[in-house]
Amino acid sequence: MTSSHSTPPVGQDVPQDDPRVDDVSPQASVPDDYGLQPVRLLIGVVGIALTLWLMFNLFLAFAYYPGWFFDSKLLMGALGLVAGVGGAAILFWFINVAIEALPRRLEHGLIPYAFLLPGFSLIGLMLLYPTIQTIHYSFANRDSTEYREPPWANYTELFSSSAFWSAILNNVLWIAIVPAITVALGVVVAVLADKLSASSEKWAKSFIFLPMAISFVAASAIWLTTVYAYQAPGRPQTGVLNAIVQQFGGQPQNWLAIETGRLNSLLLMVILIWLQTGFAMVLLSSAIKGVPEDTIEAARIDGASEWQIFWKVVIPQIRATIITVFITVLILVMKVFDIVYVLTNGRNNTDVIANMFFNELFARGQAGRATAIVVILLIAVIPILIYQVKQFREQEATR
Amino acid sequence: MSAGRLKDGRQRSVVSMVTMFLLAVLWTLPTLGLLITSFRTRDAAATSGWWAALWEGGWTTENYARVFEQADLGNAFLNGIAVAVPATIIPIMFAAFAAYAFTFMDFKGKDVLFIIIVAVMVVPIQVAFQPLLDLLGPRGLGISGQYLAVWLLHTGFGMPLAIYVLRNYMASLPYSVVESARIDGCSNFQIFWKLIAPMAMPAMAAFATLQFLWVWNDLLIARLFLSNDNTTVIVKLQQLLGTQGQGAELLTAGAFISMVLPMIVFFALQNFLVRGMTSGAVKG
Repeated sequence: MTSSHSTPPVGQDVPQDDPRVDDVSPQASVPDDYGLQPVRLLIGVVGIALTLWLMFNLFLAFAYYPGWFFDSKLLMGALGLVAGVGGAAILFWFINVAIEALPRRLEHGLIPYAFLLPGFSLIGLMLLYPTIQTIHYSFANRDSTEYREPPWANYTELFSSSAFWSAILNNVLWIAIVPAITVALGVVVAVLADKLSASSEKWAKSFIFLPMAISFVAASAIWLTTVYAYQAPGRPQTGVLNAIVQQFGGQPQNWLAIETGRLNSLLLMVILIWLQTGFAMVLLSSAIKGVPEDTIEAARIDGASEWQIFWKVVIPQIRATIITVFITVLILVMKVFDIVYVLTNGRNNTDVIANMFFNELFARGQAGRATAIVVILLIAVIPILIYQVKQFREQEATR
Repeated sequence: MSAGRLKDGRQRSVVSMVTMFLLAVLWTLPTLGLLITSFRTRDAAATSGWWAALWEGGWTTENYARVFEQADLGNAFLNGIAVAVPATIIPIMFAAFAAYAFTFMDFKGKDVLFIIIVAVMVVPIQVAFQPLLDLLGPRGLGISGQYLAVWLLHTGFGMPLAIYVLRNYMASLPYSVVESARIDGCSNFQIFWKLIAPMAMPAMAAFATLQFLWVWNDLLIARLFLSNDNTTVIVKLQQLLGTQGQGAELLTAGAFISMVLPMIVFFALQNFLVRGMTSGAVKG
């Protein structure tokens, strides 16, 4: 009973000669239980309160009285860092003092929750509470001050607007195209890189991986200036695409304004694929390296061609990684925002849900409609969420 | 198809070499094009393609000087650092304790709480904006627009991923170390500080690399929660993109400046980045 807290994590293998299987409880050798120690408890509780109060006020002072810090951004950044990390350490120390002052049984019951509390408070404050509140606000007016009449008016307005359905269609296109192509490219690159010598592999992968460090905004600037740029007909073209078109005698186009076949959306997708292929490659490459050589060798001896080996031997063994990468890119794509916002801001039928949300919230000040859009996004991710949780449980079971 | 063998005895594949070379070039060219354009005068960049720069000329470093003056990029760069460094490090401290509890302690509700972490990683952060604008804005604490608001947001949003990455790593550490420390009478706090935190350093670095790139490159949160005076390079860049007509030459220089720091982090910490990605993928 007293040793209950020292059970290993669920599913972790326990070697048979582990000390825990001995009859003697490990707790037996731990120093004596002092029972309740009121003074230590008091010190701990006062310490927690004081630390929180000091952290809270120092941080608020950055916001309210920047003059105290000589208006120096770097000083505030540095102090914020020290106060955040140091404050957290001191906070946990006092929590530990307070809990250790309790009788041992209570102590062991409480300490895990004490360690979790600060992290979970942040998650609660920044993610769980707002989620509930957002659902709540989606039935309210533009300032979230009172309910609409009828409460679902935001939703009916959205569902009857053609702009909304156009955005949904674009999102569906993004979802259908980007994750699949990213994964496919990632597999191709990972397989090809695996056949190179060690040093060329490292170099080639670095180049493809590099865009991972580039922001969506900078990537948009890159593609706009170097690839999609448009100059009036007759003038020299500065974008690669138009230069090629002109070379072959065609008319230069303002690419991001071409709605036909949603070409402009497709061109925006290219940017995201360019950014994410490196990520896919890195994960898939390590999966491919994990495929046992003898399974491939056995297939080769049986006379399978390289092509068959790839599809029948390699792919099934990296299936789990393919799915992980696919889901990760999918989650990213569902809330794609930056690229659309900075390049077209939804013009010419390129709008997507996340950009529509931003414009309703920020440009038009329509918080009611904006939150309704997020709720729809939230509902759309629920299947993925369930899948991820299921996946996680299976993984834990086999750990 | 094969021209000899590699040092480790594998067949040399010419097709792979050529294709990979082409792909690497293709992936690098757009960035290279931007870099070239950023060093050309406005006229040169508008009248000849960046690929023609070598023979058309029109080189200058003026754009970089001007973007610092006109777009106030120096200030924005400092803001970026003041926002990103605390927002990268602070979550680690909170997450490490939680990850320790999840890995080395047994308690009621452990599975449910960890599943909440896994689930929350998928939730789009957009859900948080209107309620938090309310809470941090003039109707609430009145700190919206300040670094503090953004530190808080990034700490909160980064927390699930941080706990997940750290917990996965800690679960791979030998449990017997903790066990014997407990028998020696160490408290959990001591075990955490003296044993687990130092051993979990690689995972912390992995998360820090991911989080730094994410915070530095973020547009959405900075746009919504930072005042114009406190805003980051990425927001400035977005504003430059909005005024394409006049500022084309500043845009390219600004874009490159915004990429310098993440590139350095990327090259220096590439191995940690890969580890972070393989252990936790990416956040919602």
